[in-house]
Amino acid sequence: MKEEVFSIELPVGERFVINKNRIEGKRPRTKRLAIVTGIHGDEFEGQYVCYETARRLLEGQEFLTGTVDIYPALNPLGLEQAEHKIPKLGLDLNRMFPGKKNGTAMEQAAAAIVEDISGADMCLDVHAGDVFVKEIPQVRVSERFADQLLPFAKLLNADMIWTNATATVHESTLTYSMNMLGVPSMVLELGVGTRIDRGFGNQVVEGIFHLMKELGMWEGSVGEIQYPAISTDGEVDFIRSGSTGVFLPAIAHNHYVRKGDRLGEVVSPLEGKILEEVNAKKSGLVFTLREYPFVREGSLLARILTGIGEE
Amino acid sequence: MHKEEIYRVHFPYREDMVIEGFRFGKGDPTACILGAIRGNEIQQMYICSQLIRELKELEMNGCINAGKSILVVPVVNSIGINTGRRFFGVEDVDINRDFPGRNDGDTTGRIAYEIFDRVKEYTYGIQLTSFYMTGEFVPHVRMMETGYQNTSLANLFGLPYVVVRKPSPLDTKTLNYNWQDEMTAAFSLYTNRNDTIDDESALQALSAVLRFLTRMGIIRYESHSGFISHIIMEDDLTDVYVGKGGIFRGLVKPGEYVRYGYPIAEIRDPYEGFIKEAIIAPTSGIVFFAHTEALITQGEMAYRLIHRLHQ
Repeated sequence: MKEEVFSIELPVGERFVINKNRIEGKRPRTKRLAIVTGIHGDEFEGQYVCYETARRLLEGQEFLTGTVDIYPALNPLGLEQAEHKIPKLGLDLNRMFPGKKNGTAMEQAAAAIVEDISGADMCLDVHAGDVFVKEIPQVRVSERFADQLLPFAKLLNADMIWTNATATVHESTLTYSMNMLGVPSMVLELGVGTRIDRGFGNQVVEGIFHLMKELGMWEGSVGEIQYPAISTDGEVDFIRSGSTGVFLPAIAHNHYVRKGDRLGEVVSPLEGKILEEVNAKKSGLVFTLREYPFVREGSLLARILTGIGEE
Repeated sequence: MHKEEIYRVHFPYREDMVIEGFRFGKGDPTACILGAIRGNEIQQMYICSQLIRELKELEMNGCINAGKSILVVPVVNSIGINTGRRFFGVEDVDINRDFPGRNDGDTTGRIAYEIFDRVKEYTYGIQLTSFYMTGEFVPHVRMMETGYQNTSLANLFGLPYVVVRKPSPLDTKTLNYNWQDEMTAAFSLYTNRNDTIDDESALQALSAVLRFLTRMGIIRYESHSGFISHIIMEDDLTDVYVGKGGIFRGLVKPGEYVRYGYPIAEIRDPYEGFIKEAIIAPTSGIVFFAHTEALITQGEMAYRLIHRLHQ
């Protein structure tokens, strides 16, 4: 059932509307899961996750015992223009939570989103990598809430769980705000901006059904899930460009590399020469790989999860 | 005057972005003034350029006091200025939300790190900056309530108002906050414009900076005493929001006195021209901030008023 979460009047002939789809099972008031996506308008992976979750729920609605709220577009103007931030304002919606009821229009929108999700038993915020890097399906949890969230994160069929140290800016994100309000919340990150990887999406959706089973919301069958690698910041090696040019990766995403392996080159198309050979400084899984070719000194090329064996 | 390179960013197909500082006087790092960190801060760049012109003359006349050194950085995000973009690069990152930066981080992190490394030892830090919302302010000095803020010092600029703002988590990444964290007395100066030049308010800001430098014993300069500033807590401002979206016709300007119950703006229908909403002053006071764009979205802030203050 489509419901309006928030709306305001734009200057000319249009409303800004945030919608959700509420899918109710046999005992709708027992448990509630909120699946949100589209905070960043250039990240489309969540569109497939929302579609496939809703499709499977509607197909087997007799097995659903709680309520699932699906919010596919929290930044609808951004999604329509493939713009990461809120168009015109240039602000990152995921730095505006918990919002303000008596604030600016978008602060009001953020407050309305928080209010609508409040009371849920779990919230999943689905993101893609941005347009610059591709990510393997991973769950990101703030270190502050890790003890509480890790048992649930492991059910999401992700390849890894990354426990981040809490930077101060994270305090303005939706998941941080919801966790502070007592709604266990996690970020799912997969794929790359402006694209959909159906395989990654299916993997995560399987995890969402496992999570619902654990929460006692789903009585239907579920498939197999994998055990994720669990990491902290100290186990992640950031590979950054030391030069300015065009990055040509020499490896595929989501592969294990050994120390010294070639990850790619930064080249100069104008001069026809290699400016920098990029090699792995440590062995591990390349869970992030640059997709956007132009790089400057400091641009992120890859992230390697170290301290795990080759499988 | 000594010109020095603070940081250089290379691009594949553009000339290097060189952040330059202009140093005056010899001695302890006493006052640092920063201009356009964002690509639309033209007025801020203009004020800094005029300041450099004045300081050059003062230095030639021996009017910079012994043992004092002043650094002016007029422009940071010049690539943004040249392409009409507020934030930096294709990543669209606000450098003023990336302090204190990291020397092993991404490009904006490195820019912020190098700037901060150069400016953090100054006793006084003055940033000419802009607000995230478009509109006009009465010229004022803004400080964050970090526990180290000193409104008595801010008063020495001689501008009509000093505003103290409670920092949000996001503010902890600004230059002002990090300056204060390093025990620099930090001030943000706001004039009424950003992307266009207003000579009158630019001159007012220039005079305010020179007045402050004089009063702190850094330069010898004869200037008008200015105002005894009115100190305002930002939370005490009365915000006026619009209930409808449409064409915005403001009836009052920043600095004007408005009476309770009098009309201060109209929202007109963009198709038929009728008045959809008359905005009435909810209190008597001085207009501190005014929305200046032709259009407005429902729920946006039209004005901020200084409650019960008379001219």
